[in-house]
Amino acid sequence: MNAPSKWRDLRRFTDARVALGRVGNALPTAAHLDFQEAHARARDAVWSKLDVAALEAALTPNGLPIQRVTSQAEERRRFLLRPDLGRKLPEGATLPKAKGSIALVVADGLCASGVQQQAPALLAALVPALAKAGFTPGHIIIAEQARVALGDDIAEAMEAAAVVVLIGERPGLSATDSMGLYITWAARRGSNDAMRNCISNIRLGGLGADFAAAKALWLLVEARKLGATGVALKDEMPSHYRLT
Amino acid sequence: MGFTQTIGTTRYVFPDLKTLLARATPFRSGDALAGVAAESAEERIAAQRALADLPVRRFLSESVIPYETDEITRLIQDSHNKTAFAPIRSLTIGGLRDWLLSDAADTTALAALAPGLTPEMVAAVSKIMRAADLISVAAKCVNITRFRNTIGLQGRLSIRLQPNHPTDDARGIAAATLDGLLLGAGDAVIGVNPATDNVDAVLRVLDMLDRLRIAYGIPTQSCVLAHVTTTMRAMDMGAPVDLVFQSIGGTEGVNRSFGVDLALLTEAHEQALSLKRGSLGQNVMYFETGQGSALSADAHHGVDQQTLEARAYAVARRFSPLLVNSVVGFIGPEYLFDGKQILRAGLEDHFCGKLLGLPMGVDVCYTNHAEADQDDMDALLTCLAAAGVTYVMGVPGADDVMLAYQSTSFHDGLYARAALGKRPAPEFEDWLHRMGIGNTTETIPARLSPTLIGLA
Repeated sequence: MNAPSKWRDLRRFTDARVALGRVGNALPTAAHLDFQEAHARARDAVWSKLDVAALEAALTPNGLPIQRVTSQAEERRRFLLRPDLGRKLPEGATLPKAKGSIALVVADGLCASGVQQQAPALLAALVPALAKAGFTPGHIIIAEQARVALGDDIAEAMEAAAVVVLIGERPGLSATDSMGLYITWAARRGSNDAMRNCISNIRLGGLGADFAAAKALWLLVEARKLGATGVALKDEMPSHYRLT
Repeated sequence: MGFTQTIGTTRYVFPDLKTLLARATPFRSGDALAGVAAESAEERIAAQRALADLPVRRFLSESVIPYETDEITRLIQDSHNKTAFAPIRSLTIGGLRDWLLSDAADTTALAALAPGLTPEMVAAVSKIMRAADLISVAAKCVNITRFRNTIGLQGRLSIRLQPNHPTDDARGIAAATLDGLLLGAGDAVIGVNPATDNVDAVLRVLDMLDRLRIAYGIPTQSCVLAHVTTTMRAMDMGAPVDLVFQSIGGTEGVNRSFGVDLALLTEAHEQALSLKRGSLGQNVMYFETGQGSALSADAHHGVDQQTLEARAYAVARRFSPLLVNSVVGFIGPEYLFDGKQILRAGLEDHFCGKLLGLPMGVDVCYTNHAEADQDDMDALLTCLAAAGVTYVMGVPGADDVMLAYQSTSFHDGLYARAALGKRPAPEFEDWLHRMGIGNTTETIPARLSPTLIGLA
């Protein structure tokens, strides 16, 4: 490659917004509106709502019972202001017991549209693999106004062996469709982040659903041997590891 | 021994100093989350009136967190300078506000007073000040620091060039750095937030930034904003460390959650000084802070988040840092909900830091789940430039592709300098002229050839 002498050639080296040009001290109109569009999409993603009926339809082929819950945060503004409430099931909420199962939680988090788009493909890959590996995939819980730790309440109520939380990740300007996956072995109310393993950036252009499902399975198999997730469980998945 | 204030027919009681401070604080979501905010607007003004009547001396006899249980309280009390405090010792908090705004409180008087002020006094007076008050007083504070250039002179506004990359790719960082230099940024520091805290990765970025600085002959400093223990390890291995970075907070507990204490910071500071890499001065530390960090770490002791933020500045000034900035809008809407709260907090943080003698910058920023946008950031940036902010951030197009938040852009830095008549640090300004950096956006000046920094 020739050395770049034009400023705009710097764009070859990074996705950062370099070489935008300049009108006086401001951005040219096109670059300004590009930014505004990206922010608009991110804002809409934060305030997006799960289409629960569509999600249920997309998850039904997994053959697992599906249940809906809403956290104590109840609605979006309260969810943003009170992270503590987004971690709690309502008082008196009843969930079916599924002792020893792997609870699968699909949570809106900070980006409902992200989990709406990514969760069906991930669960389609993960659910059959769990059964083959000797786990009991439990119920699928669709959770609204939910933070990661709502999974702890759910796992405790269901007496699950572990909980896998699929959750919409805070949208950035470059990605508004990203999902995270958190695994907590023996999750109970009060479990903390040091007791979880996380796979983030599951999206188009990020980690693929099959790769993320393989990593989740590997972590669950290791967690079962160890009896724990979190700092004790290092992600040492071999590069050749596959779901089948 | 509590405080009372009657408004109309209602008698408000505040059982202790920390409750009085919390209830007097202009509303923000983090104090509501912590359960320490005033219940009503009237309760808030009652607390503000009671606070205004409080003698400043009272802050020397009552701590918001006990001396016995918190090393930051011990630092504040033990380092208080009674001689510097003498001119204001008979004032109330309200009287202190009036004096700060008066002509008697000029640059020299404010500099002399700084060691006599505690963070709690400064936080208290800020709670009864409007935005214009916070701007006016901060603009009179001049706190100068030096490493390879001179930062904080009156009439100057420096920019931290923040060329982050999601995988710490050397060429990606270099391209963003060159983009920023061509737009006049980088005199505060060229500072990278590493994507991981891995020592080898940090060593690679440190080495790359140092080579870039030397290749272009830039009178500035570089920093990789890794954990202090990672940077100490890098120094052990002979890495070119200009500045040691660490996030800090206002209680012993929040600092422990960051994995640091005063002893560790002292050790890091001494190690950095021993490298003697500064050509003009030996301010070798860089700290970041932000309201809400102590609550986030469950280490807030029922103290409001703005008072705790001011206490973090006591930690900072113990180490004579080159740079300190609040990352004001990064923490999220549960602490600062919208543009209004972020604006107020940014001006408070800058005011408190400056009054305590720090080279205070602000990361004018927001996340996508906060109720804020570019207009809010423009308003805060303009207010801060009017307040004489030491530096702000420069991120390509305001979009940090590693940390996924929005800060100020290189363009915003140019705007703020032009709008308020500010110039870069003098040594850096001379360098910009020598390099032929001007208003063109097409070709790159030959002296800044990208091949010199590995871009080919």
